Amino acid sequence: MVNVVMDALTVISIRQLRFYYPNQATPTLKDMDLDIPAGTLMAIVGPNGAGKSTLVKIIAGLLAPSEAKRIALPQRMAYLGQQADIDRHFPITTFQLVSMGLWTSMGAFKTLTAQMREQVHAALREVGLEKFAQHPIDTLSGGQFQRAMFARLILQDASVILLDEPFNAIDQKTVSDLTSTIKKWQSEERTVIVVLHDLDYVKKHFPKTLIIAHDVIAWGDTKTVLTEKNLQHACNKCDCFITELESNSFVSEAVTR
Amino acid sequence: MTIVDMATQPFLEFSFMRRALVGCLALSVSATPIGVFMILRRMSLFGEAMSHAILPGAAIGYLISGLSLVAMTLGGLCAGLIVVVLSGFISRNTHVKNDASLAAFYLMSLALGVLIISKRGGSIDLLHVLFGSVLALNNDALVLILSIATLSLLILSIIYRVLVLESIDPIFLQSVSKKSGAFAHYLFMPLVVLNLVGGFQALGTLMVVGIMILPSASAFFWSKNLSTIITCAVLFSISSSVVGLVISFYIDVSSGPAIILTAGSLYMVSLVLGKNGLLRNGKFRYRHAHLYKTSNQP
Repeated sequence: MVNVVMDALTVISIRQLRFYYPNQATPTLKDMDLDIPAGTLMAIVGPNGAGKSTLVKIIAGLLAPSEAKRIALPQRMAYLGQQADIDRHFPITTFQLVSMGLWTSMGAFKTLTAQMREQVHAALREVGLEKFAQHPIDTLSGGQFQRAMFARLILQDASVILLDEPFNAIDQKTVSDLTSTIKKWQSEERTVIVVLHDLDYVKKHFPKTLIIAHDVIAWGDTKTVLTEKNLQHACNKCDCFITELESNSFVSEAVTR
Repeated sequence: MTIVDMATQPFLEFSFMRRALVGCLALSVSATPIGVFMILRRMSLFGEAMSHAILPGAAIGYLISGLSLVAMTLGGLCAGLIVVVLSGFISRNTHVKNDASLAAFYLMSLALGVLIISKRGGSIDLLHVLFGSVLALNNDALVLILSIATLSLLILSIIYRVLVLESIDPIFLQSVSKKSGAFAHYLFMPLVVLNLVGGFQALGTLMVVGIMILPSASAFFWSKNLSTIITCAVLFSISSSVVGLVISFYIDVSSGPAIILTAGSLYMVSLVLGKNGLLRNGKFRYRHAHLYKTSNQP
């Protein structure tokens, strides 16, 4: 058992976390222990149905754990879920969408000050969308929309940033631009936790990796964690009917969910 | 006699026409913006269901104290809220989806309402409740509709930003503010019921959803900006009311259906000619199809 005392540098600390979805016999997450130091840039990988999104949602405070001995979470977090959760045809402009990121300073009633406006424009510039500020969001492509979501994250100015599969079906140029944004967040000493499935991408850009399959399979430096043995172990735990493991991603033939 | 004279003369001459106009204008200003949000939240058919659900409450009110406005309104409000809460409860605690349990409850509610009314009154009363009587609005009814409109606008202005955020990206709102999403949702539902109750005095339970949804649905063909859409929808609603009333006056037809059919014609025109309509978006494609795809799931 790891030392339970949380030092000042640990930003997330979880002990004996269990999570069941309603009417589900086996827990999605069971007896999970996890400590994440502040300022970590880490990837979460694992087979389909391993509980990656669930874990991130619990960290984001969107799901309550079914049981947990201890769960210490930071105050200011920003979370970006999978795109399917958002109504991409809502009749507002890109500027208005991005300005949602200022919620903590604006709340439900305050108006946008000139300074805030400038902040929104700066965030739009940073992700390369300044020309699209006044365009309705349903005119944005998938990549542009994700850029807008990142602009919103920039405005949230959070100490911990959680991203769930941010690069699914996104063009290469956008992925590489937004990767620089992620790296910039790391250089600003923010903790960035990203659920990913492209293992090559993880190896290239993420110093730390967490492999999960209902519980922690391996956690630490990407080089030492991302081994064939660990990945195979994760697959076995999720009853994936796969015979071979592709080098660059989990074969998504999981039949469990 | 010019067209302007023809349009204004019934209102100048008859006070019942002026009352009808005031009632309809108040409804246009308060119920139509609610309708815009109902479409955005894929709840357009929820309004329809709720409009039936308020019937037994209104009927019981009617049974107890005759055509008393206050009793019927309170009854309708209670019945509507009970159905909202019950169907929400059922869908949270069983496998049944919210729309299915809502359908079950509103059907029972509607049948119960018709049963109560037909037992006590004749078919005239039933017609009055189902199709309203905008030309017979008395002062009490007007005060009621105006109060509901005022209250409704006030609440909407308070929850506006949260409601927008909750409609577009509920998970984001939950991640930055745990309670405000639920707060907006639980204030919005009574707001829908309140407007339906206010509207059914004038247009009847079947028609009131029309003034909520039709002008709003039309407005989506003209803009992709929420505030423009709301403004457009209210203007459509107001013009449908005026034109519908004038038409019903001259060709002597029931005014509720005349107003709704006018709004319906505006919808058809918008569908074809609107900026995002069939003809003008190039691809001959209904751009807002997504808004209706899942509209039967409140």
